[in-house]
Amino acid sequence: MAENPKDLRYTKEHEWARRTGTTVVVGVTAHAQEALGDVVYVDLPKVGTVLSAGAPFGTVESTKAVSELFAPLNGKVVKVNQALADEPHLINQDPYGKGWLCEVEPAQPADLDALMDADAYATLLAATPA
Amino acid sequence: MARKTPLYEAHRALGARLVDFAGWEMPVQYTSVLSEHEAVRNAAGLFDVSHMGEVEFLGPGALESANGLISNDLGRIADGQAVYAGLLNHAGGFVDDVVAYRFSKERVLICVNASNRAKDFAWMREHAGSVKPTDRSDDYAQLAVQGPKAASIVQRLTPLALSDIATYHFAEAKVASVSCIVSRTGYTGEDGFELYCPPDQAVALWNTLLEAGGPDGLRPAGLGARDTLRTEMKYALYGNDIDDLRTPLEAGLGWVVKWDKGDFVGRAALEAQKKEGVTQKLVGFEMREPGIPRHGYALLAGGTRAGLVTSGTMGPSVKKAIGIGYLPPELSREGTAVDVEIRGRPVKAEVVKTPFWRRR
Repeated sequence: MAENPKDLRYTKEHEWARRTGTTVVVGVTAHAQEALGDVVYVDLPKVGTVLSAGAPFGTVESTKAVSELFAPLNGKVVKVNQALADEPHLINQDPYGKGWLCEVEPAQPADLDALMDADAYATLLAATPA
Repeated sequence: MARKTPLYEAHRALGARLVDFAGWEMPVQYTSVLSEHEAVRNAAGLFDVSHMGEVEFLGPGALESANGLISNDLGRIADGQAVYAGLLNHAGGFVDDVVAYRFSKERVLICVNASNRAKDFAWMREHAGSVKPTDRSDDYAQLAVQGPKAASIVQRLTPLALSDIATYHFAEAKVASVSCIVSRTGYTGEDGFELYCPPDQAVALWNTLLEAGGPDGLRPAGLGARDTLRTEMKYALYGNDIDDLRTPLEAGLGWVVKWDKGDFVGRAALEAQKKEGVTQKLVGFEMREPGIPRHGYALLAGGTRAGLVTSGTMGPSVKKAIGIGYLPPELSREGTAVDVEIRGRPVKAEVVKTPFWRRR
């Protein structure tokens, strides 16, 4: 399994969040894309949508299943990854890079620090049945 | 505790992701659903379908007994031929959809869905005529080799002239020195074979096939690809598209009902339904806006609920989001605009001609 980058924060829903200046980029983890299988469709919110931490904000669909995306923190969507409309497979190929989902302006930037770090996420994965 | 096919360890060794399917631990994928789907469309795929059940009618009167239970007609085909059929209840609904093999007038083998094995066998024993069936499920493993390269791969391993075996025909022969029923049938829309063999020979057959077919692009393929392949063909999946409450006439499978064959279980109900007309028909549709239809989603017409999605996926070969579902006859014509309710939102779709995919 791919190493989870140390500079990211993680949720128990297997999403990651990366601070980039004043915004936070959100994606799904390597574990999540592996579990999903081939991603064939992604439904993301429009720019301007207000996200509420823990609430569903979109879906990722594989050939077989629909999985909800849960907002890692409160904030407003300022950018979405348009490339995923034509190439949803980017989530499988590069979950921490080109497969990013959206960029969020957090309501409280400090909320990010409340999420798991890479070590805590690795512990969670270790306790997750394969 | 889920049951395991004889190929369980082989699947594990290939790195398969295993899931519980109808009480069986089965491979859903080895590498990825899309690559396995493409292998079947472009070269060949090898599926373990040993979880399927087999029920045998043996002895004088076997054909008549089996024929009284199914909607298609074993009387009009020759020995060495098979038919797809409905095993129906008294209301005309599907107890199961099956393939019935006519070896002779005194031997018929019916292949049933894994999820229905116990139910089907009990039903057949109760409703069969003079010849009662035997459950032979534990005597057969089953491998499916499917794809444009399937025939050339299997041919290299058998003395049987496969060019003599037409679609929905079969013969008994050795494949890789294993005694098999070699049936030119499948569930993918491609040419191919289903090989029934003794369970203790299944691993040898599997390995020899993979080795012989590897250079042609034969790959192990899981249930995930099996589902996208069959959906592109609008082949019904029991429990999704058809069940005890749906009849062949509703499911667009009127061709598996042979009206001139005499009596069979469910016939009277089907005759009544034919006279009155069905209220729902199983159709195929394509999405006209982004979104993927899924089993259980509502179909809407003019903003109100008109039908139900029974299967849906992103079709890897047709490269479109496609679905199968029930609609009233007046909305079932090609070109009819409907909406699929996806997470509370109406998303545009259109009824289209099926199958979605046609063999190259």
